[in-house]
Amino acid sequence: MHNEKVYIIPCSGIGKATASVGRGATYKVIEDMRPETADTLCLSLLTMGDEEAALKVRGNKVITIEGCAKDCARKNVEASGRSPDISHRVHDFLKEHRDLKPETVLDVGKGGRKLTELIAEQIADEVDDLMGKT
Amino acid sequence: MTRADVRQTQPTWEREKVEMEVRPTKVGVLSCSGESEAEGTIARNAVRLVMEKYRPGIVVSLCLPLYLAGDSGERDFARKVPVIAVDGCEKACSRLATEKYSGEVESCLNIRDLIEQWGVTETLSRSHPGKLEDELTERVAREIVKLVDLLVEEGKVQVENR
Repeated sequence: MHNEKVYIIPCSGIGKATASVGRGATYKVIEDMRPETADTLCLSLLTMGDEEAALKVRGNKVITIEGCAKDCARKNVEASGRSPDISHRVHDFLKEHRDLKPETVLDVGKGGRKLTELIAEQIADEVDDLMGKT
Repeated sequence: MTRADVRQTQPTWEREKVEMEVRPTKVGVLSCSGESEAEGTIARNAVRLVMEKYRPGIVVSLCLPLYLAGDSGERDFARKVPVIAVDGCEKACSRLATEKYSGEVESCLNIRDLIEQWGVTETLSRSHPGKLEDELTERVAREIVKLVDLLVEEGKVQVENR
């Protein structure tokens, strides 16, 4: 039996360009690449302990994407009662693609957009894996 | 002896010194994360605009989920600085999370309400902000600036050279 959705939850990082990259990758997957099988939710709802958001997290697969080492997305998912199936840090992708450093929070620039695409492609594959499509 | 009694025994210059020392020098503006709503994107971007363009050096922010993921330093946020909560929708995560984990907020904005008041009925994008979303972000940023300036005018924040 397949789970209904994969929830991709980026950190809400207001101060780091890497967080903007994580959000951008999330939107790319849920809106352009895997709209039928992937979705997101507001991380702050989990912070608030919103039961509806927690039920979505507990009843589906979850991928988190972090903009920094504080791992807010993973920790807030864990606080809602489960661990993410997959956790990413944008910095890990950046280590492999040092030429794609994002510029600012409001405009990640050309390199940041390319990094966003690379992360989205990997996560789209992971969504397929988690949904049992490979 | 109450805190007020202690203050009465202090010389005037000492009371003024204490007041100057305890008055915060920054305003905290905290956006909801709002990843699943267009108004959340407007909230985050408007806060960044205020920090970078309209009131640089005065406004500080915090990633809201750090209230849960962080330590006592993050949870002291609203005790250290007066906080303006900027929420994308009626769930008011920013205001409620601040009240739950940190302390009272000084003021709050609900962007969905503002957009309704402004008569905007178009569907907004959370992922690809266009001209309309950018205009709304600027308008929301200016609303935040009004609240920041009010805190400064009321003397709740000590800001030099303004």
